[in-house]
Amino acid sequence: MRLAVIAGPPSAGKTAVVRQAIRTLQDRYRIAYLKIDVVRAFEDEELAAEFGIPARKIYSGDLCPDHAGVMVMRDAIDWAGEEGADLLLVESAGLCLRCSPYTTQGLGIVVLSAISGTNTPLKMAAMLALADIAVVTRIDLVSQAEKEVFREKIRETNPALEIVETNALQGTGMRYLLRAIEDFPAITDPDAIMLRGAPPLGVCTICIGKTDIGWQHHFGVIRRLEDADYLYRGD
Amino acid sequence: MNPTPIREITILPGRSRSGEAERFREITIRPGDTISIVGPTGSGKSALINDIEVFAQNDTATGRTVLVNGTSPPEEFVRDPAHKPVALITQNTRCLADMAVAEFLAMHVRSRKITDEGIIGRTIDLANEFTGEAIRPDARMTALSGGQTRSLLVADAVLIAAAPILLLDEVENAGIFKERVIEVLRAGGKAVIFVTHDPLVSLLSARRIVMRDGAVERVIEPGDREGAALSEARRLDGILRRMREEIRAGNLITGSAEA
Repeated sequence: MRLAVIAGPPSAGKTAVVRQAIRTLQDRYRIAYLKIDVVRAFEDEELAAEFGIPARKIYSGDLCPDHAGVMVMRDAIDWAGEEGADLLLVESAGLCLRCSPYTTQGLGIVVLSAISGTNTPLKMAAMLALADIAVVTRIDLVSQAEKEVFREKIRETNPALEIVETNALQGTGMRYLLRAIEDFPAITDPDAIMLRGAPPLGVCTICIGKTDIGWQHHFGVIRRLEDADYLYRGD
Repeated sequence: MNPTPIREITILPGRSRSGEAERFREITIRPGDTISIVGPTGSGKSALINDIEVFAQNDTATGRTVLVNGTSPPEEFVRDPAHKPVALITQNTRCLADMAVAEFLAMHVRSRKITDEGIIGRTIDLANEFTGEAIRPDARMTALSGGQTRSLLVADAVLIAAAPILLLDEVENAGIFKERVIEVLRAGGKAVIFVTHDPLVSLLSARRIVMRDGAVERVIEPGDREGAALSEARRLDGILRRMREEIRAGNLITGSAEA
């Protein structure tokens, strides 16, 4: 079975990219789809109805969606296997963009919207750093100058990242993403799959629902104002 | 900028929406060509220029193939906007960056590693040949009118991106000087392809591609047979342009608007 993990900011066009991938690849692969979201998601029902593929979702609720994704990924591979799938697409709602939900033995796809501003790639460096391929959506809406500058900022963050520019509704440029999905080696040992980098996990007392203001009320990962320069320094 | 000069682009036929093969053998586009794509709304005009823009390889909904100099284009032509020999400007194309015109162009010039600083001024001057409302270097990009934005994007594509092929999707609606744009592009050896509903733009183009049901129905080369229609269209366009200026200026139009 092949695995691809799709992540990116809300409304970047992740599901439009997934939809194009399914539309083209469904003749050659049996595809299973898992959506990880925070509070509400409808994509699993939409994609199941549109393509007749096994699809499901989990809500991360109080937990960071990328953490939730890490927790359930191994189960999801078993589920997809039971469904007879040979390609599992996992779409994460990863919200704070500090995490990078990509794993070994799976293609890491980051989706960014070209209209999100030319500095956005710099702001989501952690996610870009560990991905294999960046899909830039809504490319039809921006000027030539902004296209080029956006691309340069992505390269600045990760020079090795493959970049695909697309109008995901039309599917332009998608052939390069599909090729990357198909060329990526299948899972060889599901029990050996690892996260590519350590995310800023720190399941802290705020994560679990403590609402007091001030570090004095918390334990675990705490910060004082004076030494808060590096709140996170990831891989 | 491009390592490979573009001698010609060839479009090979695909299928109509109902699955029938298109009835042309090939359409070849060379530097200096002016082509308009016409047909009813929904007939596949934008899909055709999208095929050119992505250098379709029988992998778009239309099944067309687009060749550069007779062969499949190198991947960087398709994938890297800085190497792409095609600039597409649509009605939706925007400049989102909230910065001054000169800064915006400087950003593009830097990303292209162009050292000639005069190019920014020349780009603004060229844009001002296309629009009646002068663009100032310190104006905010986001405050430009539709016509100013289109004019600037066309000038940017010509001078900074230096794209040999321009695809303009219904830009005439934005009130730019169409004739001047065509003149400049032709003089600069650019190939320009308009998706258009505008009679003057269609008549000014040397070739017309007529679309129907997602397919190219025919390609017309009018030669000089439409000379009378062109001068009529020019005259009417002149009348409308003068009326537009009068109305913009807040005047009553009581006399004839003939030149």
